[in-house]
Amino acid sequence: MFGLELSFIWAGIIALSVLIYVILDGFDLGVGLLFPLSKDESERDVMMNSVAPIWDGNETWLVLGGGGLLAVFPLAYATVLPALYMPIILMLLGLIFRGVAFEYRWRTTRWKPLWDVSFFGGSLVAAMCQGIALGALVQGIHIENRTYAGGWWDWLTPFTILTGAALTVGYAMLGATWLNMKLQGRIQAHMRRLAWPFAVATVVFMGVFSLWSPFQNVEYFNRWFAFPTAIFSFLVPALVAAAVFGLFQGLRRHWDIIPFLCAEALFVLGFIGIGISFYPFIVPSSLTIAEAAAPDSSLMFTLVGTLVLLPMILIYTAYTYWVFRGKIDPEDGYH
Amino acid sequence: MLDGFSAETLARVQFAFTMSFHIIFPAFSIGLASFLAVTNALWLWTKDETYQVLFNYWKKIFAVAFGMGVVSGIVMSYQFGTNWSVFSDKAGPVVGPLMAYEVLSAFFLEAGFLGIMLFGLKRVGPGLHMFATAMVAFGTLLSATWILSVNSWMQTPAGYGMNDVGQYIPLDWWKIILNPSFPYRLVHMVLAAFLTTALVVGGVGAWHLLKDHTGPASRRMFSMAMWMLLLVTPLQIAAGDFHGLNTLEHQPVKVMAMEGHFESHPDGAPLILFGIPNQAEKRMDYSVEVPKLSSLILKHDLNAPLAGLDTVADENEPPVAIVFFSFRVMVGLGFAMLGLGLWGGIARWRGKLYQAPMLHRLSVIMGPAGFVAVLAGWITTEVGRQPFTIYGLLRTSDSLAPVSAPAVGASLISFIIIYFFVFGAGIFYIMKLMSKRPRVGSVGELTDAPTRAATAKPIINGSSTPSTTA
Repeated sequence: MFGLELSFIWAGIIALSVLIYVILDGFDLGVGLLFPLSKDESERDVMMNSVAPIWDGNETWLVLGGGGLLAVFPLAYATVLPALYMPIILMLLGLIFRGVAFEYRWRTTRWKPLWDVSFFGGSLVAAMCQGIALGALVQGIHIENRTYAGGWWDWLTPFTILTGAALTVGYAMLGATWLNMKLQGRIQAHMRRLAWPFAVATVVFMGVFSLWSPFQNVEYFNRWFAFPTAIFSFLVPALVAAAVFGLFQGLRRHWDIIPFLCAEALFVLGFIGIGISFYPFIVPSSLTIAEAAAPDSSLMFTLVGTLVLLPMILIYTAYTYWVFRGKIDPEDGYH
Repeated sequence: MLDGFSAETLARVQFAFTMSFHIIFPAFSIGLASFLAVTNALWLWTKDETYQVLFNYWKKIFAVAFGMGVVSGIVMSYQFGTNWSVFSDKAGPVVGPLMAYEVLSAFFLEAGFLGIMLFGLKRVGPGLHMFATAMVAFGTLLSATWILSVNSWMQTPAGYGMNDVGQYIPLDWWKIILNPSFPYRLVHMVLAAFLTTALVVGGVGAWHLLKDHTGPASRRMFSMAMWMLLLVTPLQIAAGDFHGLNTLEHQPVKVMAMEGHFESHPDGAPLILFGIPNQAEKRMDYSVEVPKLSSLILKHDLNAPLAGLDTVADENEPPVAIVFFSFRVMVGLGFAMLGLGLWGGIARWRGKLYQAPMLHRLSVIMGPAGFVAVLAGWITTEVGRQPFTIYGLLRTSDSLAPVSAPAVGASLISFIIIYFFVFGAGIFYIMKLMSKRPRVGSVGELTDAPTRAATAKPIINGSSTPSTTA
């Protein structure tokens, strides 16, 4: 189609879905991560209400990541998930605990603290596991004969622990800057103060990750130091520096929106960096995009609808965000 | 603790367990979303406040059930890969796109508009709020359509080919989507979801009528539920009959197990009402039969020949007892629902619908019957197509991921503990919401959340909304 391989269009769409998932669910997982740092129950109420109308839509991008991968890269789906068996299962369980807390918290007084813990714990486990899964992918996955051929604990290494911690801290930064944008008064000031350490830690983790990951795989090393992709080796860090500057400046000057957008920009840039490292693999070192792709008839059939539906989804998702725009009224909510 | 079980057995138990838990919530929320759309529309149309009370009452219950459906559903979308990766690799090109369409066309629609439906009335006004509510309902139905197409393709595959690495590949998407059993399964399941919801709504209405038979909202919900049962149960029984005939045509072995026919009957097969299947000895113990009735039902001819399991190789037979019993549970409950609907109709005709304690008690008892029937029906159809995941093509034992038994066992135990705890709590909260009496003035109120304790007033139009004070 127009000289472009369908599988590459699809790799782009899947990457876009995962990116949208990370930048959207990232901040609402982050809100959960910040729960223990809240001052009292009324803070937690407002924090949760700031994401209550949208978390569900945010998490749907994760389902699209899974369902989409099965549709267009079934071999990648069938090898990555067994390789990441434990982190994936733990992530799902974590998402259960945090997801139900949105409703359960309002249905009980006696057990409300329990669901607060469940919201935090679930968010923590989900964020850690997503980071570990990312790290395990970057490390590479061993595939033989169309099946996963590695061990059960391959996903657990110092490097994946680092990526798990990095993503968790990054999500907490997104959550804090989101709350800085959505809340007002005393709570906003509290969240803005919390954003500082998480932002600093995120930048440090990004640095460590960038220095460490080229040594995970010689291909990454070559890609970052060979033309033409080496251009990005300069461009991406420059943009990261700009985003970091905007983030800290915004926090210092008590801006509402800029810190959140700059924090999200850090995620987008990190994601692009990882994308450059991966290409043309979908499972590093084992499966290329073309190898993992479903037959063209599957790709084409799914693409037609996606080109119609995805813009519609983006429009009504944006509309929902628009409806719930602005500062949260602490007295609001249907509960 | 689970030593001695193979990875395959554990993975199957895990799938059955997580799936059974999951299906309870969609079965309820498909019907409830439509019920909410109808009550909201009736409120806007008639301005009758009772409908608005009903909407707000069931909205909260919907929110809890929907949340549980979402999180238990995410598990399903990844479990294909973690536990059944060979199936995913082989069938992904065919079933994957249908599931992707489910996510794109249905899940986003539901999730996108749910926030507005639950929280947005004040912000968008009644017109757009109605639109959002309708979109949520439409999304649940679309979701059912796609996933039942996937399931039906696995039962009655069509329109596929195979490539040189052993994947099933799509040749004709229309044949894949509209595969032979899909229309029947879709109608049967959507009606089942509507009936399940009607039974719950009726049971809750009846519970409150038993305490106070004058409450207008209790009366309205009980009346609506009884109409639904009266009108839809006969349709459902007819749909089930057509579905059965379709199964006889495409999956005759499943019907043999449902009927408990170990032997072939060249001149008229009996309907076995009850018995204990003895698969090892290939016979039905203690059976109670009606001669030739099975042939009459399945072939519409008393003397029509029907083949039995003696014509099927042992390794291609499903576990007969499970299928035989679960089918009877489903059918039995279906007729009990018909009875309840008829009783409700007679009581209404006599003008005693709201003063019939026995009817109300039965309605309360039958409240959860829809869930049991839905589970029994799914067990019948899923166990009945064993030992295949894709019927006649791919065996369950050949679909498994290269997982080790301890890994599956550990995750299975975690799922069991966590599901019972988490969803048990959710069901408890739903029951708590149901035990509150719906009435005008209770709009938006939640007495057990101190920060939101309310001096709520009913919504008259979009500009006046429940005000809550801390």
